[in-house]
Amino acid sequence: MNNMVNIFLFGKKYSVPENLTIMTAMEYAGYELVRGCGCRNGFCGACATIYRIKGDRELKACLACQTKVEDNMYIATLPFFPLVKQGYDIEKIPTTEAVMMQLYPEIYACVGCNACTKSCTQGLNVMQYIAYAQRGDFEKCADVSFDCVMCGVCSSRCPAGISHPQVAMLARRINGKYLAPGCEHLENRVKEIKDGDFNELIEALMQKPIDEIKELYNTREIEK
Amino acid sequence: MYSENFQKSLAAVEAARDKNIALEPARMTAQQKEDLLAQFHPDYKKEEFSELKIGANKGDKVPHELAEILQAHSRITAESVDLENPDYDVDVLVIGGGGAGSSAAIEAHEAGANVMIVTKLRIGDANTMMAEGGIQAADKPNDSPAIHFVDAFGGGHFAAKRELLRKLVCDAPEAIQWLSKLGVEFDKDADGNMITTHGGGTSRKRMHAAKDYSGAEIMRTLRDEVFNRQIPVVDFTAAIELILDDKGNAAGAVLMNMETKELYVAKAKTVVIATGGAGRMHYQGFPTSNHYGATADGLVLGYRVGANLKYAETLQYHPTGAAFPEQIFGALVTEKVRSLGAKLVNVNGEVFMHPLETRDVTAASVIRECLERGNGIDTGNGQAVWLDTPMIEKIGGEGTIEARIPAMMRMFAQYGIDIRKEPILIYPTLHYQNGGLDIDADCMTTNIKNLFVAGEAVGGIHGKNRLMGNSLLDIIVFGRTAGKSAAANAKEASVGKLTLDHIAKFEKEIEKAGIDTKTVSPKLLPNYTRKK
Repeated sequence: MNNMVNIFLFGKKYSVPENLTIMTAMEYAGYELVRGCGCRNGFCGACATIYRIKGDRELKACLACQTKVEDNMYIATLPFFPLVKQGYDIEKIPTTEAVMMQLYPEIYACVGCNACTKSCTQGLNVMQYIAYAQRGDFEKCADVSFDCVMCGVCSSRCPAGISHPQVAMLARRINGKYLAPGCEHLENRVKEIKDGDFNELIEALMQKPIDEIKELYNTREIEK
Repeated sequence: MYSENFQKSLAAVEAARDKNIALEPARMTAQQKEDLLAQFHPDYKKEEFSELKIGANKGDKVPHELAEILQAHSRITAESVDLENPDYDVDVLVIGGGGAGSSAAIEAHEAGANVMIVTKLRIGDANTMMAEGGIQAADKPNDSPAIHFVDAFGGGHFAAKRELLRKLVCDAPEAIQWLSKLGVEFDKDADGNMITTHGGGTSRKRMHAAKDYSGAEIMRTLRDEVFNRQIPVVDFTAAIELILDDKGNAAGAVLMNMETKELYVAKAKTVVIATGGAGRMHYQGFPTSNHYGATADGLVLGYRVGANLKYAETLQYHPTGAAFPEQIFGALVTEKVRSLGAKLVNVNGEVFMHPLETRDVTAASVIRECLERGNGIDTGNGQAVWLDTPMIEKIGGEGTIEARIPAMMRMFAQYGIDIRKEPILIYPTLHYQNGGLDIDADCMTTNIKNLFVAGEAVGGIHGKNRLMGNSLLDIIVFGRTAGKSAAANAKEASVGKLTLDHIAKFEKEIEKAGIDTKTVSPKLLPNYTRKK
């Protein structure tokens, strides 16, 4: 039998086993979740949560599905945060800092408080990637922000009203589409397929009796 | 940070590590694989399946849990809905906001259709978001779509519908190109060449990745594109019943607000089912790597209007679900961990198989090692074997894990396990629905006109087992195809009078077959509240 701890869900006290995550503790307490629960594995950012341990000054943020409960934990979930997402046509945008000035000018009002970085549920250096975005260094912005799950906690803490995850999303798309080197072998293969270079091989497989394909499969050469 | 109980076995694993790295374990023969599967794979346990008594697949066997929801009551009666005054009227209705649904919506929009997405949680709350390892495409000079075809056909036990598999492999490179042009960041070298690895059962290194956030990177980019195009996304709203017209063609869906339970009617010229998988059905009591909403809704919606299922009896158990600590029990440990060199090791520190056999074979082998041979490790929450992750750093050099599988490193670090230095404990977890609705190469169901399906809700693309990296591929290839086909068909479709007559008809079948059930479906979400 596990030891029990007291947690406070939106201020209300529940006694739950200490081995649970915040998410499973809520379910243990009787919540049938619709909001604030997505992949349950730390990838989707649906379960952003803020908490404070009684007596502790610091406000902490986490993903409810990835964090164990602690005794005297005061918990409030943040199932939605109104991030600003600007629309744009990926085919027509500039790839310099001009795009940021146009779409997300508030990033230049960053006061350098670092609250975004301190609150990041993924432990990313958020303020740093915003600095890269300001400068138009989208490759570095993309790299530092890559593990972002867009939970929005950083934005909830930002005095300048920046929607960090959306800024990073834009930087990554620009980097992926325009700045990363092109891929010649991919272009070639797409063309070869369009030109019908593989039609004969594929058609042969479409007709081949199962026994012959089995033989082909079981004796195929496997790249080291 | 493993407790005392694990230390003896850990020491054996560490002592044997160098020797195990050098070892090249033999691959199993076709016969060995067949015997192993028959004895240890969950799909082969006859007592876990029941026969469908009604519907298009009457007489077929499916897991008990699936049979229950396929042969359940509707959540509504025809009388509770006003079909005369639809709340939405669109060309293309896409049900599901994952990778397949989003791809379909983007292509339908591109083709000029008035398209709408309805999703029971948020757009992006989907298995796509959680796919870690990668996406296959035969785009290297030593590879070809034909080799990809043979790998996938054999891996799926020669059961795939060949016309679907042909489409999958031939459209793969273009799918990667399409994603790149949308801005998806694939791992590349300085010259732009894709960094590719093996997956279980591949004969060429054709696994493209974006670290171990491959699906997340694809999903968030597609979502961003859906928003840029201002495609309406009605979130927290589930489709609970399809609507047909008086000609028997798909013509919309009844929707339900997940929070207020209010019902809406969406009329559409064509409908795309992109509802994803079924891990949250917990077949045979397995934990799952799937997202919260994976409850086979699309199969239920389709089956109730008479659509055919294909291979609904086959599920994929991913060999490496996290088995410890219990907080992440069942979570996915990407196959890429093995692609990068980690091997499976038993309690005695022995490598007991080639790490890159296909998933069904690997899962069965892990189960055999634990249950029959008694070489598992007792985690306090069941049996497990080691996946020796420190091998990766020894093979690829220090820093490989952080650069290539940061999500795995982060997940275990939360619980004090440094996977660069310590191995992890794994056991199979319910991962993928191989079967689903039967479609043609244009993604239309084989017997309901204007009803399209894409993604995990489809059956037949992969046969009876799927290779790593072919699912991210299929959601893009068939998602795009479904969107294009649905838009094209919408141009010609003339929708007749809307009806929900199929509900009463199905109800009669339930009664006639003597099925005694109180269950209503689709299930929509699992219930994990404590049973007192």
